[in-house]
Formats: sequence, C-alpha cells, structure tokens
Amino acid sequence: MGVGITVEHVNAYYGKSQALFDINLVVQANHATALIGPSGCGKSTFIRCLNRMHETIPDARVEGTVRIGDLSVYNGTSATQLRRRVGMVFQKPNPFPTMSIYDNVAAGLKLNGFRNRKQLDEIVHKSLTSSALWDEVKDSLHKKSGASLSGGQQQRLCIARALAVQPEVLLMDEPCSALDPISTGKIEELIFQLKEQYTIVIVTHNMQQAARVAEFTGFFLLGKMIEFDKTEKIFTNPSDKRTEDYVTGRFG
Amino acid sequence: MVRTRFQQEIEELRERLLRMGGLAEQAVDRACQAYSERDLARCQMVLENESLINAAEREIDELAFDILATQQPAAVDLRFILAVTKINSDLERVGDQAVNIAERVMDMIELPVAELPVDIARMSTAVAAMVRRSLESFVEGKAELAQAVLEMDHVVDRMRDEAFIMLVRKMNEEPQVTQQALDALLVARNLERVADHATNIAEDVIFWVRGADVRHHAQELAAAQAARQTTSPTTPQDSEQ
Repeated sequence: MGVGITVEHVNAYYGKSQALFDINLVVQANHATALIGPSGCGKSTFIRCLNRMHETIPDARVEGTVRIGDLSVYNGTSATQLRRRVGMVFQKPNPFPTMSIYDNVAAGLKLNGFRNRKQLDEIVHKSLTSSALWDEVKDSLHKKSGASLSGGQQQRLCIARALAVQPEVLLMDEPCSALDPISTGKIEELIFQLKEQYTIVIVTHNMQQAARVAEFTGFFLLGKMIEFDKTEKIFTNPSDKRTEDYVTGRFG
Repeated sequence: MVRTRFQQEIEELRERLLRMGGLAEQAVDRACQAYSERDLARCQMVLENESLINAAEREIDELAFDILATQQPAAVDLRFILAVTKINSDLERVGDQAVNIAERVMDMIELPVAELPVDIARMSTAVAAMVRRSLESFVEGKAELAQAVLEMDHVVDRMRDEAFIMLVRKMNEEPQVTQQALDALLVARNLERVADHATNIAEDVIFWVRGADVRHHAQELAAAQAARQTTSPTTPQDSEQ
C-alpha cells in the first residue's frame, strides 16, 4: 500500500542559484497528485527532491524536511534504502537496452541480491500485469530486448521495473511526453489503477492529463508552489490569479 | 502561449449571445407595448422574430460545442462557456414567453376593452429592467449587477401574486369580463416567467464571474420570502427556477 508524503520548508539549490523556495505540501497516500507549471518552474526539481536524485547533480543541495511514510528522507536514510520504497519513471523510456524484457523487470531485485527464480518469475509476472504489458510480451519475455519494444511499451516496461521492487510511492516525471495518444491513454488508465496500491506523484506539462488522472494538483511558478488543491478546483475555479492565467492559457 | 484563436472564438460567442439577448429583450418590449396599445402589428412582429431567436440559439450552441470539443477550456473560460449555453437557453425561453404574451394580446384585441385592477405596464417595466440588467451584468462581467437582479425577482413575484388576487376578485364580481381578466392574468404569469429567466441569467453570470453556484441560495431567499408572505392568501407558485 502507498504511504503519504510530507514536505516542510523545502528549498533546493543548483550551486548558488535557488530553484525551490519554501515548499510545503502533504501528498495523500493512495492518491495521484499532479504537479503542473511552465518549464523551469521547479516541478521536476521538486519531484527529484523526493527521492534524493536532486543531490546527484554536482553542487546541488536540498534544505528542509521530506518524510515518506515514517521514513525521513534527509535524516539518516540512505539513498538505496529510500529508492526501494520510491520508484521513479522518467520522461523518456529508459529500459536497459541489451537486457531481455524479463531481466529489465527483475533488474532491481537482482541488484538487491534476490535470486529465488520461482519468486522472481511471480514478481515479473505480477509487475508486467500491473503495468498492463503482460499480454503483449508474455511470449517473448526472454527472446526480446527492452529496446525492441515500442515507445509506449518501453514506458510500461519501465513502470513494471519500478513496481517490481514493491515501492510505496511512484514518482513520474512527464511519463507520457514522448508517447502517442494511444500509449498515453494506456499509461493514464494504468495510473488510475495503480493509485489503489501506490501513492503517485506525476509531473506533467499536459494540463488535461493532470485533470484526468490526479485528485490533487499543485501549480508551480518560479520555484514556488503557488496553489495546491483538489484538481477540480484548480481547473474550474482556482484561488490564485496566476494559476487561472496558466490553466486558461493566458500565461506568458 | 496566449491563445489568440481561442480568445477570438470566446469573443465571437460573447457577441452572438449579446445579439441574441438584444432580440429577446426587443421581443419582450414589443409584446408589452402590444398589450398596452392593443397593437396587432407589434404582435405579429414578435411572432415573426421568434424564428430569428431560435436560429440564434442553435448557432450559439454549435459554437459553444465546437469550442468545448476543440479548445478544452478551463477555469474562468470553462465557466463562461457553460454560463453562455445556459443563458442562451433562458433567452430562447424569454422569446417564447414574448410570443405567449403576443398571442394573448391578439385574443384580447377581439374582446371589448375592460377596466382591470392590474398594472401590467408597471410589471412590464420591472421585468424589462430585469432582463436589461441581467444582460448588462453579462456584458460587464459584474456579479454585483447580477445580484441586484436576483433581488428584483421578489418584487415581480409579489406583483404577480397581487395581480392574481385582484383579477380573481374581479372575475367573481364581474363575470362578464372573465375572459379579459384571464388574459391579463396569463400575461402577468408570462411576465413573471420572463423575470425568472432573467434571474437564471443573473445566477449564471455570478457563476461565471465568481465561480459560485448561487442557485440554492436564491431558492433559500425565495423560501424566506414565501415564509414572510404566509399571511397572504395562497397563490399559484409556478416559478421555474
């Protein structure tokens, strides 16, 4: 099951340049939360602060508190420990190109020393079923490489890979921006189903996508979170003029 | 990323609705003048112009439908388009009420003139003002103007109730003018319906501007109003709100 995320007074920097300013946010467990905003607003930086990917960039640092369930992200938790509980899917599908479909999904578990073949089979099956890819690849699990799949299939493979380590939170950074409308529809349907078991945070440039998949939406602008509310409220009657200008296309 | 085409379409929708509003307002004015002057020619103008209003309604609905399908509007734009489609429907029904009044006047002209204890002209003025102000609130996007229309609705309701009481009494006292009194009563009811549509338009403007659904509140106000009138004899309540 998913867990909630609590973010308090988070500031993020790239060297001397501040990218996020005092972000406070509570993400509800087993819900999809979308983050929207123009390019450079800090939404991707923010999502990368949730699984300590931000600090992998030279000179980048984070201040503040992030808690994922009972886990304090920046206080005594290793990145490896954290990422077992927080999966991530990126803008561009990034399967391991030379590995088979099966090995792509099992990679995270194998890295953690998991060797029981029967259990691995079960988890691969379950993960590919959850990511709505099983029926399309079940006959070529070991024959085909991850890179041989279509873009939409590759992205669902990456979701299966993230799910295989049984995380509680799934972060998605523009997961459909490189996909056609049909593949996008499949991923959106998947998000809808996955939130029963996982807490999902999705960064998207596509406002209609946020409106379709998320119960809550946060609007970022210039490194600040301008508004956070139920998605219906953000898209029908936002409280802040800047949010309204953005969702109605009057911004910029 | 300012959406020029989208803004042009929104502006087109606004202008078409205003033209439609002008036609509906003109129809009510003509029907009321036809009543006060027993003017058959004006009645016929109202009937002839109904088809223009109906055509305008269809065109506005089509444009709104196209914008919804192609532009996926959000927030204030979405509220605007929803409000326009509802106002459109109300204006078409205002046109229908004007036709009902005109048809009633055409009947009345055939009958001898009767002295009736009802001031239809005063009621017409109040109703026409409600329609005009509801459209002004739309033009200017001002919820305060729309709020004033909601408050005027109670005045018109009271006029309709008074007309009912006085005309029923007249029918009892002078049965020979029953037909004329009944015509006047139905005109009063048609005018009150027009006021209800103006109220709906005002509520839609408030929804567009403030994002607030005041329909329930309006009903509560009406209920409170009705409660205050419990000392009055029972009158028909045919409000469509």
